Amino acid sequence: MTVIEARGLRKSFGATLALDGVDLRVEEGRILGLIGPNGAGKSTALHAILGLTPYQGELKVLGRDPWTQRDQLMRDVCFIADVAVLPRWMRVAQALEYVAGVHPRFDRTKAEAFLARTSIRPASKVRELSKGMVTQLHLALVMAMDAKLLVLDEPTLGLDILYRKQFYDSLLNDYFDGRRTIVVTTHQVEEVQHVLTDVMFINRGRIVLDCSMEELEARYMELTVRPARADAARALKPMHERQVLGRSILLFDSGVNQNIDRPQLAALGDVRTPSIADLFVAILGSMPTQGAAQ
Amino acid sequence: MTTQSNAIPGSTQESQVLAPTVIPATRILYWSVRRELWENRSVYLAPLGVAAIFLIGFLISLFRLPEKMRGASALTPMQLHELIERPYTYAALLIMGSGFVVALFYCLDALHGERHDRSVLFWKSLPVSDLTTVLSKATIPMVIIPLLSFAITVATQWLMLMFSTLVLLGNGQSVSLLWMHVPLFQMSLMLLYHLLAGHGLWYAPIYAWVLMVSAWARRATFLWAALPLVAIGFLEKVAFNTAHFGAFLGGRVGPGAEDMPYTVDSISMAPLALHTVLRFLSSPGLWIGLMFAAAFLAVAVRLRHNRGPV
Repeated sequence: MTVIEARGLRKSFGATLALDGVDLRVEEGRILGLIGPNGAGKSTALHAILGLTPYQGELKVLGRDPWTQRDQLMRDVCFIADVAVLPRWMRVAQALEYVAGVHPRFDRTKAEAFLARTSIRPASKVRELSKGMVTQLHLALVMAMDAKLLVLDEPTLGLDILYRKQFYDSLLNDYFDGRRTIVVTTHQVEEVQHVLTDVMFINRGRIVLDCSMEELEARYMELTVRPARADAARALKPMHERQVLGRSILLFDSGVNQNIDRPQLAALGDVRTPSIADLFVAILGSMPTQGAAQ
Repeated sequence: MTTQSNAIPGSTQESQVLAPTVIPATRILYWSVRRELWENRSVYLAPLGVAAIFLIGFLISLFRLPEKMRGASALTPMQLHELIERPYTYAALLIMGSGFVVALFYCLDALHGERHDRSVLFWKSLPVSDLTTVLSKATIPMVIIPLLSFAITVATQWLMLMFSTLVLLGNGQSVSLLWMHVPLFQMSLMLLYHLLAGHGLWYAPIYAWVLMVSAWARRATFLWAALPLVAIGFLEKVAFNTAHFGAFLGGRVGPGAEDMPYTVDSISMAPLALHTVLRFLSSPGLWIGLMFAAAFLAVAVRLRHNRGPV
């Protein structure tokens, strides 16, 4: 089943184009990382998917138009934006009670069980909780909703590494069951790499890379060579090169340069699959990235 | 497409069968109103505080009550009535007045505060429509605050009557005069009518206007709510040297204004006559006001849908 389908999605703020004809297709059971520099259009895309902003073009989420049917859609979609959005006056128990009151598929005991494993007390107000605890609370609410699509917009922004690790561990172990779909944007690319099934790079409102992790592993290769062999490697037309500790690290795209293969590169040095972060730098480093609106 | 799609077979289907897929709109409205009361405790704390302060003042005044009642025989029935009943009317006016002020400030913040602290992103991540949200927020000033004011006023007045009775009995005086001039049941009925008709229906366009401004303005909701009205009044004064708009607004808010059809002695002891109610319900001012209220609320729903955090 297709969870998100967008064709020619466009959105402009005044003269700046935040989304410039985005085509997007996310199938059930995928964990998609939407990665891009500040102002690339990530949040705008997520807001369009969540029915928070109008757009031009075609967009269907779980078969619905998010802009006109947000309230129905939200029975099957949940959303964590950066941590500041839980109302600060609310008590933890009130948050559970309210969500249980308005959400048809919220399992309160599940949320309580999750919270019992944290140091969050039901009588606490959100404003009394640390940033990490607020995220835990939001995650507890979201994990107790039996939703089909979970959208995470910089969910771990400003959290320390322990909370960040915990967050993705909980998400994978307690939430993701293979039938749910997750779309996540983050700047901490390294931390989500092992979580994702799909990755999408977005820059200046356009999608510049869209592939599954398997495709990524098959297509991109990173070669580390000693200076003596560097020229031989460069002759194979790498897409990007950088120097680290006196060695050259070259990135190859076998999708563009089809006569390269792994054994051929392995003869020159160490071959690995590049990290998403390195690939991101390689692909976007060659383009002008700044200037788009937030 | 996915290799993991059968990891936990059936788990989602089961829970979908168990859980209802739709929650009735009335229940969502109920929880939305409850959450408004959680957030805005001043809605009931302010009138309660006013009532408590009034009661303290009234208790102190009771020291003079036996003396006042002894001199009562010298007074005409009108003066007597005035003397005994007046504190009860004041209590009602003060509590209702505080309710009105609280309602206005509530409306100023209702659709602005959630955008300001970005919590609107959380509220919008739940299956609650913008219409339900705006209606729940309109329910507070138009229904909840009038009913709360009623309950608090009646309780206050009963306490006042009880304390007065105890003081008089303690002094060995008769309470018949007191009870004759303070017919609480009748007063409560009048009060309820006044609150529902006046504060609920007659003021509805005011609350709806302020709610709309609070959904629209990026900041300074109070100024945006008040200044356009002042500006129109000035424009009219300068252009035509008339003050119809000001009079129109005064008629909406000011107590005792001529075209305020519900106010016929409504909080005094005059019996609630059917013709008073009918005259109110058939006054064009009421229906025009309600039409404006509906229009303002419709715009507020639209704005809640379109506007993001500020």
